[in-house]
Amino acid sequence: MSKKVVVYSTPTCPFCMKAKQYLQDNSIEFESIDVSTDQAKAQEMVEKSGQMGVPVIDIEGEIVVGFDKDKISSALGL
Amino acid sequence: MGKLYDVIIIGAGPAGITASVYAARKKMDLLVITDDIGGQAAWSGDIENYTGYQFVTGVELSSKFEEHMKKYGIAVKEGEKATHIDIDGNVCVVSTEKDEYRSKTVIIASGKRSKELNIRDEAKFRNKGLTYCATCDGPLFAGKEVAIIGGGNSALDAALQLMKIARKVFIINITPELGGDAIMREKVSASDNVTVINNAQVTGIQGDVFVEKIKISEDGSEREIPVQGIFVEIGLIPNSSFAEPLERNERGEIIVDSYNQTNIPGIFAAGDVTDVPEKQIIIAAGEGAKAALGTFAYISKTEEGDW
Repeated sequence: MSKKVVVYSTPTCPFCMKAKQYLQDNSIEFESIDVSTDQAKAQEMVEKSGQMGVPVIDIEGEIVVGFDKDKISSALGL
Repeated sequence: MGKLYDVIIIGAGPAGITASVYAARKKMDLLVITDDIGGQAAWSGDIENYTGYQFVTGVELSSKFEEHMKKYGIAVKEGEKATHIDIDGNVCVVSTEKDEYRSKTVIIASGKRSKELNIRDEAKFRNKGLTYCATCDGPLFAGKEVAIIGGGNSALDAALQLMKIARKVFIINITPELGGDAIMREKVSASDNVTVINNAQVTGIQGDVFVEKIKISEDGSEREIPVQGIFVEIGLIPNSSFAEPLERNERGEIIVDSYNQTNIPGIFAAGDVTDVPEKQIIIAAGEGAKAALGTFAYISKTEEGDW
């Protein structure tokens, strides 16, 4: 069973794009949330991660802040 | 003892990537060691002065650079930071947090990074309202009050982005008046939600977990402004601290000659980390090309037995 992955990002942030690209390259399906247009989701991201920087990646409850390749890989078992 | 590369390139912004393409085309055995790919170019907003592109975003241009590098199948250690560089006889030794690599030549193209405020609690509030990238994090401050620290073009650029998003924007400028380009200054001062505070210094940040207030000092008197976001735009410093044995100028930039050679034979440098005047993507790319050709010439005229 693949894990549920949610990426919180803004359209202009380079590391958000890299994070999504990395997931795509590894054939990981994910839900992409644009926090610049969705205030409620932006708040949800801040609550989940305790901070305001993007990207935030929620891998079935495990929260990764920033494009941290090693953490993403280990959370996904890549 | 590990493998001996022809050249190790430190950094993968416009200078490092261009150097890698030139080195690959010379069939040099090369390794790129870099914290991230794209460098500062990836963080630039709109670019209108890179020849051939009348308009391109920083992200688009740097992903073009990356594709170009990948076309040659260049070995890249991404997410690895150089921590030290040394010379062992004629061999260059580059250390990172993870490993140690040896090469005949090195090109340092590690660029610059945002200068920090150097005040108490800076680390505590990082990403908790305090940020160094208006382009990335700006949208999270919709309808909020924010302060931009700085008074040059990067501060004005941040103001132009934030005045469309935030409710109120304060520019905290340490000098008597704003610097930067006149066109940008006019746009900023025409906006009714931007307040410029000149001759002001940041003395502190307050908040429980997230930023709630900024403390500033104007002519010796202190005051607090309630803000939820603080954007630091006070300039850049070169990533040259690991390049200990090299000569640097008073700004910390590595001193190079017109062939991109440093004071140590075999070690070259290119782009924003050097003392070459004008920090521009197109200049960094050109300097990267020169440095790669320089390392090739250096290896060609050195006897094989010297390594």
